[in-house]
Amino acid sequence: MTLPRALCLPLRMLLLLLALAGGCATTEDRDPRDPLEPLNRAVFRFNEVVDDAVAKPVAGAYRDLLHEQIRGRIRNFFANLGDLWIGVNDVLQGKFFDGFEDGMRFVFNSTFGIFGLHDVASDMGIEKRDEDFGQTLGRWGVGDGPYIILPILSSSTLRDTVGWGVDIFVGDPVGEFRPIALRNSAYALRLVNRRADLLDASRILEQAALDKYVFQRDAYLQRRRSQIYDGNAPREPRQRDEEEAPAKEPAKEPARAPAEEAPAKPR
Amino acid sequence: MKTIISVILGGLLASCVACAGAQELAPDVLVKNVTTEVVELITKDKEIRSGNRGKLIQVVEAKVLPHFNFSSMTALAMGQNWNKATPEQKKRLVDEFKTLLVRTYASALAAYSEQRFDFRPLRARPTDTDVIVNVRVIQPGAQPVPIDYSMEKTAAGWKVYDVMVGGVSLVANYRTEFNATVREVGIEGLIRNLQVKNRSFEPAPPAEKK
Repeated sequence: MTLPRALCLPLRMLLLLLALAGGCATTEDRDPRDPLEPLNRAVFRFNEVVDDAVAKPVAGAYRDLLHEQIRGRIRNFFANLGDLWIGVNDVLQGKFFDGFEDGMRFVFNSTFGIFGLHDVASDMGIEKRDEDFGQTLGRWGVGDGPYIILPILSSSTLRDTVGWGVDIFVGDPVGEFRPIALRNSAYALRLVNRRADLLDASRILEQAALDKYVFQRDAYLQRRRSQIYDGNAPREPRQRDEEEAPAKEPAKEPARAPAEEAPAKPR
Repeated sequence: MKTIISVILGGLLASCVACAGAQELAPDVLVKNVTTEVVELITKDKEIRSGNRGKLIQVVEAKVLPHFNFSSMTALAMGQNWNKATPEQKKRLVDEFKTLLVRTYASALAAYSEQRFDFRPLRARPTDTDVIVNVRVIQPGAQPVPIDYSMEKTAAGWKVYDVMVGGVSLVANYRTEFNATVREVGIEGLIRNLQVKNRSFEPAPPAEKK
């Protein structure tokens, strides 16, 4: 593991905490990726209550009050600020050209796009990417670690929680906004905007899942795996009659596996 | 250079003739046609746009459903439990899972608002019987969302047996869920859970109408 030094202590403390929490729980046939399930489910229920009582109504009102045009500008503004850190992460993952493109996006959108309100770079054919430090760690070979439901923020893993901390405290330009009141308003606006964008997705989840907790967990883990491989995750063999593949995926060595070379799928 | 182009063109022509001869659409063409048709239908229909779910489900059943292989999907989602089910249980599982997926699909379609689709060219050999068709949903200010259809060639044409949205495979997602449920309450229990789930979303059960 090639973790920066500064991360080691908080990481170790988190690990210890998780070990303690894990020790309290019994371990009958539970998903090996989710050793903290009872604790997670409790936090999940708490989040649902908060979401139903506060986040959903606020996001719904936000969506009804503001025209999509305006919401789109707000989305673009924050997306543009995010492109810088996305670029840094692309470079950290050795994707220098991608990082260069992210930088160009920021330059074009901040100038021609008027502080990022307009996503002119996408119109020019420079597509937005999605990177964060959790993905960078994954690319460096750090495994998921146990699945964690964070209060309010919901699905994460140990690795992604560490990554998120770095994203927020190191890579987030909004954190530099001053005065503090402005910064906090920007945080709130971004959060509400994001929740509003997810209203449809959460409705679909509601419809699709037998057990929302399990469905969301698996979707999150699959999604992160795909993101770490930039959408080219090795295709898992099609299984019907055989035993289940071990749940622990060898998510290490993210060598880019071109889709053409997908292994023959046994029927 | 010229020869290369003519060879490519010739190859394209030949493959077109081949698919026309077999009376069967190539999988990527099929996906494109169906997507375009359905999106046009739902954006033009006033009732659907104002939230008529029943009608939207009808559209999905008429236009999308015939291109899915639900028994394949159910078998894959059941994993090793599929063989433990009786033929009668299998039939009910397929039926309930089909209903659930159709409704989920309808929910996803209801969220559609003027996103653009980018249909990627198919990377497959003509002899392949199992391919992935890539479509990307383009939306301003965000990374495009890939939708990958896993399709298999059957006697009745190409059929979808899994859909991956943003790298999340529907079948793989349900596999964990089904596995956990079967372990807890058995196959009968899973069928019952699916039934309860499906009924809870019925717009207005006809039996209760006065």
